[in-house]
Amino acid sequence: MKIKAQIIDEAGLNRTITRLAHEILERNKGSENIVLIGMRTRGEFIAKRIHGKIKEIDNSNPPLGVLDVTLYRDDFRTRLKQPEVSVTNITFDINEKDIILIDDVLFSGRTARAALDALMDLGRPNTIQLCVLIDRGHREMPIRADFVGKNIPTSINEEIKVKMKEVDGEDAVYLIDISED
Amino acid sequence: MSLSSKHLLGLYGVPKEDIQTILDTATTFREVLERPIKKVPTLQGKTVVNLFYESSTRTRISFELAQKRLSADTVNFSKAGSSTSKGETFKDTVKNIEAMKIDMIVVRHSSAGVPHYLTKITNANIINAGDGRHEHPTQALLDMYSIREKMGKLEGLKICIVGDIAHSRVALSNIFGLKTMGAEVSVCGPATMIPKGIEKLGVNVLHDIDKAIAGHDVLNVLRIQLERAAGSSIPSLREYHNFFGITAERIENNNKDILILHPGPINRGVELSSDVADGPYQVILDQVTNGVAIRMAVLYLLGTMN
Repeated sequence: MKIKAQIIDEAGLNRTITRLAHEILERNKGSENIVLIGMRTRGEFIAKRIHGKIKEIDNSNPPLGVLDVTLYRDDFRTRLKQPEVSVTNITFDINEKDIILIDDVLFSGRTARAALDALMDLGRPNTIQLCVLIDRGHREMPIRADFVGKNIPTSINEEIKVKMKEVDGEDAVYLIDISED
Repeated sequence: MSLSSKHLLGLYGVPKEDIQTILDTATTFREVLERPIKKVPTLQGKTVVNLFYESSTRTRISFELAQKRLSADTVNFSKAGSSTSKGETFKDTVKNIEAMKIDMIVVRHSSAGVPHYLTKITNANIINAGDGRHEHPTQALLDMYSIREKMGKLEGLKICIVGDIAHSRVALSNIFGLKTMGAEVSVCGPATMIPKGIEKLGVNVLHDIDKAIAGHDVLNVLRIQLERAAGSSIPSLREYHNFFGITAERIENNNKDILILHPGPINRGVELSSDVADGPYQVILDQVTNGVAIRMAVLYLLGTMN
């Protein structure tokens, strides 16, 4: 496993998040009906950053929640390692809201699929819009993102590693080679 | 993250990390229970048999709800009306149920050691829901969860288990679990209800309820189990209440910060007076809610283990 390239640095991440916040506000004509939901773990912090930007730009404070989709995964029977569950924290009503679902990397689409099921159990939103920092391709489900920070075509032997100051000590996105030499 | 055993037979010898994992995982399910749709698809396709050879309301409903909320398929067996009355042996009954392709067994039995025996004759995950006077691990786990929820920790807390320790599987599981988590454990009751040699488990023995209230952070008050011939250990229920019953007056005189737990069903006016059972010091109904979350956590951790 080795780092092939740094795709985004700290300043770049900040610019990307600023643009995503603007796009979300543009598409939804403001922030009146939107709620932001970040997917654990990195999506939570990206959602917090976007939330901060929306506050600055729009001078508003849309509800912010965290979703853990572990219980809705489709790979319990095939994974060797038992995934760790943590708590969903959505304290507001999502009925009739426009949900901005936020994650770090969009890959197979299976996590997004699980998130859709999880959100349906919490209520009936008006829309669910998917916002990802990186779209790396290789979809296995009919799922697409509404807001994309950066499209990075990858090979299946590569991996995208998003690092956030809150958990990793730095803001960066790396392309990693996972093929065995 | 994974537990170190594929069964939950008791808390004796269960490592601290495993107890921690179960308690932390239960927090997740506690949130699920607050949702409008209290169900997640996690154990879809798994089949769980509730094998109850002894009567139970709370534990069985709690397990059944936990299974349904994880989307498992459940089958209930109770001794009454089963082929046990036709003379079928326990082993044959279990072998027949297993042949119907089941994944997990939740078992309650009046004989100690039955869950352990099941692990030798089936491949299913076994969860002990109470075996004789031995252990009742999910009850102790939900007690620990409820204490941790209120007090913020378990380590260093002074916890006293009150009542019929000799007949109680709840007491034994609590002692094992709480000691592992670093709590200081005492037992309090009439000498006839305290088994000889219990000090060897590392617990203090008390016979004065006022001292127990004054010197502890938490009291876990057990039910006087009349069906287990507890009556022969005490002269009368009234006398038991006079000496060991917890009343609001005793709490107010000794320690107003005490937390009272009770595994239910309550004998009002025996181990607890009604003003305590309904009063501000207890978390008895929280324990029941937490019980579903704890059982979901145990079923999830064992059921998704590869």
